[in-house]
Amino acid sequence: MADQTSAAAADPYRKLGKDLLRNIHRIMVKARVLEERLIKMSKSGDGYFWIGGPGEEAFNVSLGLQVKKGQGPEFDYLHLHYRSSAIVLGLGGPVIDTIRQMRCVAGDPYSKGRNFVNHYALPKWNIVPVSPTIETQYSTAIGTAIAQRRVETDAITIVNGGDGGTAEGDFHSCLVWSNRPALTLPILIIVINNDYAISTAAQGQHGERNISDWGKVFDMPARTVNGNDVAQSYLAIKEALAYCRKERKPYLLEARTSRLYGHSSSSGANRIAQADCIAEFEAKMSERGMIAQEEIEKIWQENLEEIDKAHQQVKTEPFPTPESIWENVFAGPLPPSYPTKGGS
Amino acid sequence: MANMAQAIRLALHYGEENLGVREIFGEDVGPPLGGVFTATQGLKNAWNSPLDERGIMGAALGLAWAGLRPVAEVQFVDYIFNAIDILKLAANSLWMSGGQFPAPLVIMTPTGSGIHGSLYHSHSFDSVATKLHGMKVVCPSTPIDAYGLMLAAIKDDNPVLYLKPKALLRSRNEELIPGEPPDEKELKSMIDAPIGDRSKWKPRWPNVKEYLVPIGKAKISKTGKDATVVTHGRMAPIALEVAREIAQKNEGGVEVVDIRSLIPYDWDAIKQSIRKTGRVLFLNEETEITNFGEHLLRRTIDELFYELKVRPRLLAGKATPGIGLSAILEFASVPQKADVERAVKDLLAEPA
Repeated sequence: MADQTSAAAADPYRKLGKDLLRNIHRIMVKARVLEERLIKMSKSGDGYFWIGGPGEEAFNVSLGLQVKKGQGPEFDYLHLHYRSSAIVLGLGGPVIDTIRQMRCVAGDPYSKGRNFVNHYALPKWNIVPVSPTIETQYSTAIGTAIAQRRVETDAITIVNGGDGGTAEGDFHSCLVWSNRPALTLPILIIVINNDYAISTAAQGQHGERNISDWGKVFDMPARTVNGNDVAQSYLAIKEALAYCRKERKPYLLEARTSRLYGHSSSSGANRIAQADCIAEFEAKMSERGMIAQEEIEKIWQENLEEIDKAHQQVKTEPFPTPESIWENVFAGPLPPSYPTKGGS
Repeated sequence: MANMAQAIRLALHYGEENLGVREIFGEDVGPPLGGVFTATQGLKNAWNSPLDERGIMGAALGLAWAGLRPVAEVQFVDYIFNAIDILKLAANSLWMSGGQFPAPLVIMTPTGSGIHGSLYHSHSFDSVATKLHGMKVVCPSTPIDAYGLMLAAIKDDNPVLYLKPKALLRSRNEELIPGEPPDEKELKSMIDAPIGDRSKWKPRWPNVKEYLVPIGKAKISKTGKDATVVTHGRMAPIALEVAREIAQKNEGGVEVVDIRSLIPYDWDAIKQSIRKTGRVLFLNEETEITNFGEHLLRRTIDELFYELKVRPRLLAGKATPGIGLSAILEFASVPQKADVERAVKDLLAEPA
């Protein structure tokens, strides 16, 4: 009996508590339903290219919920990539704005219909523009982290990307610059490792056993976690954030996750038979009596209805005007004799 | 009387003291060297970065997003190509984010030939720089313009690529920066670091004042009624010298338009001069294929064709894979004074 009690106390799921886990679950479902709708939109001509992060919900929602959210160097900066919808939903972002970006309507708040879906840019939460370029976010993260070293704050810079991108120089730049003895940088360096760069298996391209092994060279804290597991992800993120906030130094965190619909439209965006973090999480919560099956079904249904409603709303919204291409070319007005004809 | 490197240094000092510049960085930018051309010597906020152009550019963009106005250096423009992704991101940050993320930063980098720099210290970058749409691009040809353009670049809410003509960084000009001592030896004793141990050295800064060269505003270095030379950077003083000599010999009045800003360029000033003279030579040192001068030439044909007296011309670098170290090879690749003189005289001589 005593053993059973201590085992229950050691259970990370019980440690995190029912309320938090139910909240994480609700947002994970929202993220999945959103991504599946985006895929449908892409395939039905209600948008173009799809790229997103179904399969990363366990890790990403756990991250989004722990961000110190706000604007300016005294809050966390987020240098995300294109699989980050669940992070933004974890922060409290609305689903409708992502649908707006998918449909390229004028009211897309992140890019005015200019960029792919899941390419966020949101100053009020320090989400700097997500770029389709691979891995450049690991270079720009250096700058916001320097800004955070110049003020008294516990805020940090968080960067995430995929395993394929770690072959780029930007990843190395981030490791070198954040470990400079002259000025260490508080950056949580996250790598989501799903084993693939589009169709190319990491197995044939990367000799590192773990991507987190790069941390050994710099004698920095680094670890690899099961990103499909909510409790392990949440607690690992918590530990890494605490380290960066206190020590003003970097932490390398590798999360191994599924990639449930492949890379993007470019690989078909079809469901792949891999571990599903939501199904696994629901089973774990059910086992512990934290949620009933009827409640789970209700949450899925509610989210479907919310997405339906948002999608219907976005279908009524106008597309950008051709003239809007000239907005924001420069801060301030377009110079008077700037060429605008596109040739003769 | 400051040379161009000292003028840039004085501008950055003014920026530190008055315009909120708190981060000036790049390879060898901080002490003890203060830049390979000494443009950042003695500055209190200058620091050394790793040898990593991509990281430098990424750091600058991140700092700009965080609300600072960084000035970063890429040591030679020849090495900027591996940072091109991030230069593009800086340029498109505002547009891509639907107007939400301006990127006020300055990237300065020595450009062009003239120091016997061989293949990788002689590049020009104008054509690529001017295709980073959303980024402003400036290139001074005198110390006073270098000073005024740097202050304007720091104040600008857009990313500004500040091209420093390598061959002119030690050049001087009679126009003084407001507040600088006229005696060049006095200035040197105040702001140039000593040879040897510099660990205890501190500059004595002159009380320089604000002086702005508006970005997008050309300078008519010399007026003339018979022909126009549109140029910038290292070629500008060569064009001016040629124009003055031709005037002295009463062989024609050549107007020299030093555009100073490539993006945005002062089309009104260019147009006005061409309308007056009907003859124009576009002159720069980058290679001729897909050259920035070609764009100006095309626009001239589109908008001023019937006002031209003779065909418009471009004098530019030869389209070879590099610039050779031998002076003979370099001079054969990049326009020299004799080439400019020949081109201007041809332009004047062609019957209308």
